[in-house]
This record gives sequence, structure tokens and C-alpha cells, in this order.
Amino acid sequence: MTTTSAFDGVIEEFDPIIGLETHIELGTNSKMFCSCSAEFGGDPNTHVCPVCLGLPGSMPVVNRAAVESTIRMGLALNSSIASWCRFARKNYFYPDMPKDYQISQYDEPLCFNGYLDVTVVTDDGPQIFRVEIERVHMEEDTGKLTHGGGAGRIHGATHSLVDFNRAGIPLIEVVTKPITGTGRYAPEVAKAYVAELRDLMRALGVSDVRMEEGSLRCDVNVSLSREGEPWGTRTETKNVNSLRSVERAVRSEMLRQADQLRAGERIIQETRHFHEETGDTTSGRSKEEAEDYRYFPEPDLVPVAPSAEWIDQLRTTLPEVPSVRRARLRDSWGISDFEMQSLVNAGALDLIEATINAGVNEQAARKWWTGEFSRTAKERDCELEDLSVTPADILEVENLIASGDLTDKIARTVFEGVLAGEGSVTAVIDARGLKVVSDDAALLAAIEQALAEQPDVAEKIKSGKIQAAGAIVGAVMKSTKGQADAAKVRALLFEQLGVTE
Amino acid sequence: MHLGRLARLELTESEVDHYTEQLGQILGAIEAISDVAAEDIPPTSHPIPVVNVYREDVALPGLDREDFAAGAPAWEDDRFLVPRILDEPA
Amino acid sequence: MSDASLNSDLVRQSAATLATAIARGEVSSEQVTQAHLDRITEVDGQVHAFLFVDPEASLARAREVDAQISSGVIASPLAGVPIALKDLLATRGVPTTCGSKILEGWIPPYNATIVERLEAAGVVSLGKTNMDEFAMGSSTENSGYGPTHNPWDLERIPGGSGGGSAAAIASFEAPLAIGTDTGGSIRQPAAVTGTVGVKPTYGGVSRYGIVALASSLDQAGPCARSVMDTALLHSVIAGHDPRDSTSINAPVPDVIAAAKSGDVRGMKIGVIKQLQGEGFQSGVISQFNASLEILAGLGAEIVEVSCDHFQYALGAYYLILPSEASSNLARFDGMRFGIRVGDDGQHSVEQVMSATREAGFGAEVKRRIMLGTYALSSGYYDAYYGQAQKIRTLITRDFEAAFAQVDVLVSPTAPTTAFKLGAKVDDPLAMYLNDIATIPVNLAGNCAMSLPAGLAPEDGLPVGFQIIAPAMADDRLYKVGSALEAALVDKWGGLLIDKVPSL
Repeated sequence: MTTTSAFDGVIEEFDPIIGLETHIELGTNSKMFCSCSAEFGGDPNTHVCPVCLGLPGSMPVVNRAAVESTIRMGLALNSSIASWCRFARKNYFYPDMPKDYQISQYDEPLCFNGYLDVTVVTDDGPQIFRVEIERVHMEEDTGKLTHGGGAGRIHGATHSLVDFNRAGIPLIEVVTKPITGTGRYAPEVAKAYVAELRDLMRALGVSDVRMEEGSLRCDVNVSLSREGEPWGTRTETKNVNSLRSVERAVRSEMLRQADQLRAGERIIQETRHFHEETGDTTSGRSKEEAEDYRYFPEPDLVPVAPSAEWIDQLRTTLPEVPSVRRARLRDSWGISDFEMQSLVNAGALDLIEATINAGVNEQAARKWWTGEFSRTAKERDCELEDLSVTPADILEVENLIASGDLTDKIARTVFEGVLAGEGSVTAVIDARGLKVVSDDAALLAAIEQALAEQPDVAEKIKSGKIQAAGAIVGAVMKSTKGQADAAKVRALLFEQLGVTE
Repeated sequence: MHLGRLARLELTESEVDHYTEQLGQILGAIEAISDVAAEDIPPTSHPIPVVNVYREDVALPGLDREDFAAGAPAWEDDRFLVPRILDEPA
Repeated sequence: MSDASLNSDLVRQSAATLATAIARGEVSSEQVTQAHLDRITEVDGQVHAFLFVDPEASLARAREVDAQISSGVIASPLAGVPIALKDLLATRGVPTTCGSKILEGWIPPYNATIVERLEAAGVVSLGKTNMDEFAMGSSTENSGYGPTHNPWDLERIPGGSGGGSAAAIASFEAPLAIGTDTGGSIRQPAAVTGTVGVKPTYGGVSRYGIVALASSLDQAGPCARSVMDTALLHSVIAGHDPRDSTSINAPVPDVIAAAKSGDVRGMKIGVIKQLQGEGFQSGVISQFNASLEILAGLGAEIVEVSCDHFQYALGAYYLILPSEASSNLARFDGMRFGIRVGDDGQHSVEQVMSATREAGFGAEVKRRIMLGTYALSSGYYDAYYGQAQKIRTLITRDFEAAFAQVDVLVSPTAPTTAFKLGAKVDDPLAMYLNDIATIPVNLAGNCAMSLPAGLAPEDGLPVGFQIIAPAMADDRLYKVGSALEAALVDKWGGLLIDKVPSL
């Protein structure tokens, strides 16, 4: 592929340095600085109050759960927790920002100096990359703009409409230090880091991270440098909102910068926009004309000064971190790093574990999720977790196989129905009439009919050519639409013909 | 004038001149403070040293839309209507 | 007694007297409210203290309170007494302009915490008072709705920013008022109108619902004609509010008991060396010194105290205030409330915001927004805002050192008596000097009172005496204030305000 070779060319000549700023909405009940519901959606402007509408005179009060979630996230990222820090105002005018400043943190983040290890499958097998974390801080989300008069985009719009339900929802921002030494794996490392961050947030229970609802947003920094030269100028690609896009954004920005550098042009420090459809980035505003945010300590909020006792207490609530959990499951299931990484990449790990916890054996659980279900997800271009099949469904089917009521083959047909939305396992079995035909009389009738249709075969079998039985068994399976147990048909056939195997 | 743009004030030319002169005078008068405090003096952002004031994470109903919709300069479709964001003409 | 004389008698009563009479059923809140509404009709054309009055709503509320008092639902020391509210307080369903054209017609959908406390205490609102736009000023001339006039001399300023509240009290339009004090906006108007005003300890009274000027300096407080009335109002509005994160979660000092005691024997009173002499009008100094002698005569020990960094207070203040204000006033952008200018379907949101702010804000507001925007901008923060925050620390340390030696500090409240309207309008530096004695307290966050010291011999206008106490020692203000007031009442045969010319 030309893109692959072009990418190889970039790597031969340049070394990429990447950095990620990730904003994630916390799953609190109420907003960051007021008691309005933090639930996603809702009728426009129904989760609002004087505080999150920025009405004159209103004042913010910090949500304790948001602070605790941020500290727990910081601890899980192996960070130091500030013993004293303040909120700061980031001043800029924008119609989705009710106060025309955002309450954020500036030079005193709540958590700082951490790291997160991520695994990427390289040509030499799975490899761990350590991503250093610069800071984790708290801030508030903005309202939601809808552009009117012109294709619904900001360009060509005649006006916009603002819904402030989202304004004030707690966000945490996780900022990496520059990530070096990833070479050709830079795009994969970026993607794996965001996936790991997402899994960590979910494991901590601080956010569901519903990416399709825009609850995780990434700004991706990329620069290139030639060996022995200082780091190049970086660009910042804004609002990259899916794992796949993170990978594509890094890759396309590396290619673009390399082209530019080879042509002897300089890279401008600027923000760029990512386009889902093409996977390209285009220029936004340059940093030279960037806003001057005039940060200063937020006087309406008092400092956050978590005591050692509070931090220790929060530390006891930390769940197993995803990387440790993966190592444990890998050992317990007896699979390789590579297999484990494939499960993770397929988004199957949680589902397999839940299936096992439901009572299905490990092998069957892995088989269903990485086989049939993965194929369906790929066909539909969706995530495994979006499929309409549950661990309980798998248990039910496995029990029916064990009792001889279903064969493996019929089971697949059952799931085909479940995945097509035809209802529960039982409903699909009933509706499609899928059960093993175990009634001897019915099977014997089918065998007799098959023998009558192929009289020569009976003679062959009787004369010792046992392998000829396959033709009869096949015919019986066909006439029962596959709902017979082939082994049983075979046994009955031999019995009928008075032959022993 | 850069400051006017940062502060979203569409100043007239005579205002710019007038304010530039006055701001110069005011800054001149208060400049004395820049030499006073030494490096090791901690800055005071909050006059009373209180820390850790939090609210419990409980969601409560806010305002009804009709409470603030009537006061909005422009309103459409249950939302605040604002002029187009980008500067180039539609 | 005819109705007219009954009314004129009612409006000259103290809030304490009115509350007692109402509680005993000798007069109704409705009658008292009506008397003040009549007085407003009679004199506010000359004074222009009020921006909004809704007589029917006030009377309806008074009748409600009367019913609640007779059924025993309300028990408060001020039940049934009317009040004037500075137009910086958000009042549900009642226009709130902050003295600015940019908020013309805005009706808040919620109440400030103070407003809720007053309602719960059965205090009846008469309306909203005039002020310098967004509380920026010392004369009320920066109001977008025309200046307020000083009842002592209608040609003169009533002080600012809370000139409307002070003038309402001084002209007997209201017995009580709420003010806010960011650099002296309660105390300086009190001084120049011959009334009493207190800036409580920062965090002592909730800021929730008070439109912010400079969040780390703003503090709402009581205004009245006597120390005891001020204490009663203080006790009603003060106390912890979970909606204001900077509100102090501790019991309110017993200001009423302190106002009753009025005993200064054995107290040490420090005179601030830096706040007298040059720049202070001779009559201001003479009346201040006379009050010191009275306090000494009552058994207090008077000493001089030096607060070396106070000379830098004005500079620090005029960096911190504009910086915070430039951010606090950003939300007035014509998008969600208030006026919008220039939205013809052609202009962008940035152009409409800029045109709205240009048209809606007055000169002083724009001046301070630009000063603050500059002081916070990249490259200047450390030299200006950062340095000002350090001066703040030094001033706080000056106070700490002083209060290690004395119980309270005193100074004249303002360097001069009321000046003529128009005298300093376009001379910001001269105007800023009015606040020289009041600003240090806002920077440090402690508390202070201004009460009348007498009339300056050269112009016959009121002089204010400032008492300063440590944070959360607001009761000391009332102890010293009531002692001085009692002695002066003995000397004058009544409160100073009784000498105000009739309008």
C-alpha cells in the first residue's frame, strides 16, 4: 500500500514526538459547581440554574465527588497529589461559555507527575510503552452550540442556538508529557494510551466514557525531528473523539509534516482540525494570534487542600488497574501476551470475563466472543459491547448444548437470531423451531426414507464399507434441517442394518 | 486596539486616545508598588484562609425555562439564539 | 395626630423603635411602609436615591408580614420594618440594573441570599437604590441612570458607590438599607451623609446573588442612622451560606450585645499614623480628633500605630479590583440576558458582543475593564497582579502587627467631606483618592464601621469616623461605635442626622 510505504519513509527520516491532552466528562450526579443534573441530554436548557447559566451574582461551589474522582484518577495514574492547589479562571469570550471564563486549573493542578503503561503489538511482539503524565486537573464543560442556516456547520451558519445542559458538567483533563521513542508505533501508542485511559476511568467507576456521546475528547500534539536535531515545532489537532481517529490523526499529521519539512517549509505552531470523513487535518488558527487567557486564581472558590488521611482513604477505594488485571487473566486463562492483546484490541476482555463470571467455561466464552460475535461486529462496523447478546444468553445456550438439546451448529443459528434482534434465546428457539430432534421414531422414519432413496448404500454398509454411512447420515441431517444429532443418527442406522462398527 | 478586542469593547478612536492617556496616568501612579514586595512574600489571593469547601454530589432541580427565556435577548427552539460565530460574512 | 404628622413621625423613627411598635401592635408594617413610600414620593424627585419602587408590591408584602406577626410566624428584631436594597442585589421578579444600561430591563429569576434572609425576617423591601455602575465609583455619578444627590446639600455627591442607599437613609426615605463595600462603598457614603455603615468581615455576609465587582474584596453590609439599628440589620443578614464558598462557617459575633454595652473602658485604640495629615481636610481632622478625645474621656487608651505599607494600598487595590472586575463583567455580553446591540443578522457574535458592551457600559466601567485586562495579560501578570497580591500580604501583616498592640484601629473614613457633583468626574486619580482610608480593610478582609463624628466647621458637612477591627471581631466595632455615638448624642442632644436640612 502506498500509504504504508510513505509512512515507512517518514520513519526512516524523522522521529515523532507526540503528546495528548484528554478531556473526559465525569459521571457525577450533579455538575461541577452547582446542583444541576449532570445527566447527558435532556430537553434543551432544562438542567440549568443561575450558576451554570452564568447569571449575574451567582457563585460556584465545588462538587466533592468530582474532587474525589480526580484524586482517585491521579492515584491510579501513579501521580503525586497536590497538598494545596487552587482553581483558576481561563478568560475568553465564546457564546457556549456562560461566564465568558472557564473555571479550570492553571499552574497548580490537583495531580501531577504520573505515568501510564500501555501495550502495543510490535513486529517483535507485544511491547510496553510508558507514557509519562504531566498533570490531571479539574474543569467545567461548555454548553452545546447548534448552527443554523447553512448545513448545520459553523461555516456558513447565519446564527447558532445554545443549550446549557452540558455547561458545568465536570471534566478532568489528563495531559501527557511529550512521548518520545515510539517511532513507527506512535499512532498505535496514542490509540492504546487513550484506550487504556478509558478503561481506567471505567474500572474506577468515575465515568462511563461514552465516546459516541462525546464524553471523551482528545487534543493530539505531533512534531517531527531528524536525528540529532532539536524537537520540531508541534501542531495541536483539536477534538479528536474516537480511538480510531486518534490513531489516524497522528498518522496523517506525521505524513503532512514530513512532506512539508522535505519541501523545505517550516511547520507553523497552530491548532488543526481533524476530519472524520477523510482522516485529514486542516489548519485552524495559529498560536501567534491565539487568545491571551489571562489566568488568575478563582476568587470565588477556596483552595483544595486534601489531607493525607483523605488521600489514603481514597487510595483504599482503588480497584485493580487494567494492566494488572490483564496479566492476572492472561495467566489464569493460560493464553499468550499476543492473544491477550488481541482480546483487548477487540474490546472483548470485559465481555469474556463477565461471561465466565456468569458460569460459562473460559474456552467457550472466548470462542463465542472472538468468533461469531467478532465477525458480526466487524460486519456491522460496531463495538462488541453494542451487540444485543449478553453473558446470560451464552450461559443459556451452553447449558442447552450440554444437555444435548442443542448442537454447536444449531447454537450458532440461535445466536444469529438473537443478534438479529429476534428476541431472547428461548424466543428464537421457539420461533425458528430449533431443537435437536431426539425422537427415535422420527429419526428411524427419516433413516428408512433415506435408505429407500439410496438402496445401494445399505448394501455397501452391510458389506463392511462403513464410511458409506455418511451419505445416509447427511441425508437425514438434511431432512431434519440439521436439527438431529449426527452421532445418534449414525448409531441408529447401524442398529437398523444390524451392523456393528 | 488589542486591549479593546481582548475585553470585547468596540471603542471609538477618541475613546482609545482618552483611555490610553488615562490608563498611562493610573499605571504611573500605581507603579510604585512594583518595587515594594520582595521575592519571598507570598501573594494573597483570598483574604480569609479557608480551604476545602465542598458540596455533596446531589442533583437538584434548577430553574424553569420560562424563568430565564423571557430575559434572553433572542430565543428560539428552547435555546438562546446568538449571532453567527465566524467573522466572515455568511 | 393627623396622618401627615403621623407619617412624618414614623419616618424619623429608628428601626428598633419601629420594630418594637409593630411587634406590640401599636402600628402596622403597612402603615410604616406607607409612610416611607409617601416620603419617597415627596422627596425622591430631589434626591434620586431610588431606581425602582413598586408601592403595591411593598404594601402587599407589609400586609403579609403584619399577618405573620400577629399569628406569631415571624420572630425577628426587625419584623415589619422597611428597607432599601442596593441595586446590586439580585431580586427575583424585580428589575436589577447594577446602575448599568447594559442590564436595563433585566429581571433576575432568583434572589440573593441576603434578600431571602431579609424576607424570612419580615423586613419589607421598598425598592432598589441607585449606585455607581457596577459599584465602580465614589460619588454615584457613574450611574447609568443619573446621579443621586446628598440630602445635606443637593449640589453635592452622596458618596459612592452606595450613594443611593446612604441618601435614602439620610433623607428618611428608609430606616435601613443594604450596601456593598469593595473599597469603601458602604463607609464613604455613610461618612458624607452623616449615617452609619459597616463593612463586615469578608465572608461574614453571603455574597451569593450580589453582582460581583471584585470577588476577593466585595462584602455586603448594613446601613442605618444609628449604631444599634446597624447592629440589628447586621445580625439579620450575617451568617454562613453554603452557596457562597467563601462564607465563614462560624457563629456571627454578637453585635447586638456589643452595641448595647457601649463600654470602652480599658480598650486600646490605635490611631493609624498614615491616615491623617496631608490630603485630609482640616475639618475632617478636627472632628476626628474631637472624637478621639471623647473616647479617651470614656476610659479608652489612645496610641499611635504605624502601618507602613498602607501607602501602597491604593496602587494594589487599583490593580486587583480592575483585574477581577474585567473577568466578572465578561458575562455581560448580550447573549443570555440584558440588552443586545448591533444584531442585524449581518454581524458576528464577536462584533455584537463588542457593540453591546461599548453601548451598555459607561466610561468608568470601560476604563477599569481595560486596566484589568491589561494587568492580567500575558507578560504583565507578575509585575501587576502578582505584585499587588504581595502588597496585600504586607498590608494584612501590618494589621496583624497593629492588632497585637491594640483592640481597634481608627481613622477618618474619607479625606474630605462631600464634594460638588461634577468636580472629579473625569479625573479618575482624584476620585480614587477618596478611598484611601477605606481600601486597606478590603484588601486584608477584616471589618470596619463608619459613623458620624460631627460637621466640618468650614462647610457644615458631615465627617465620618472609621473604626477597624480584626477579622471576625465585628462586635468590637459596635462596642466602640455605640460608646462614641452615645457621648455625641449627649453632646448634640440627638443624632447628627437630626441636623440634616429638611427637603
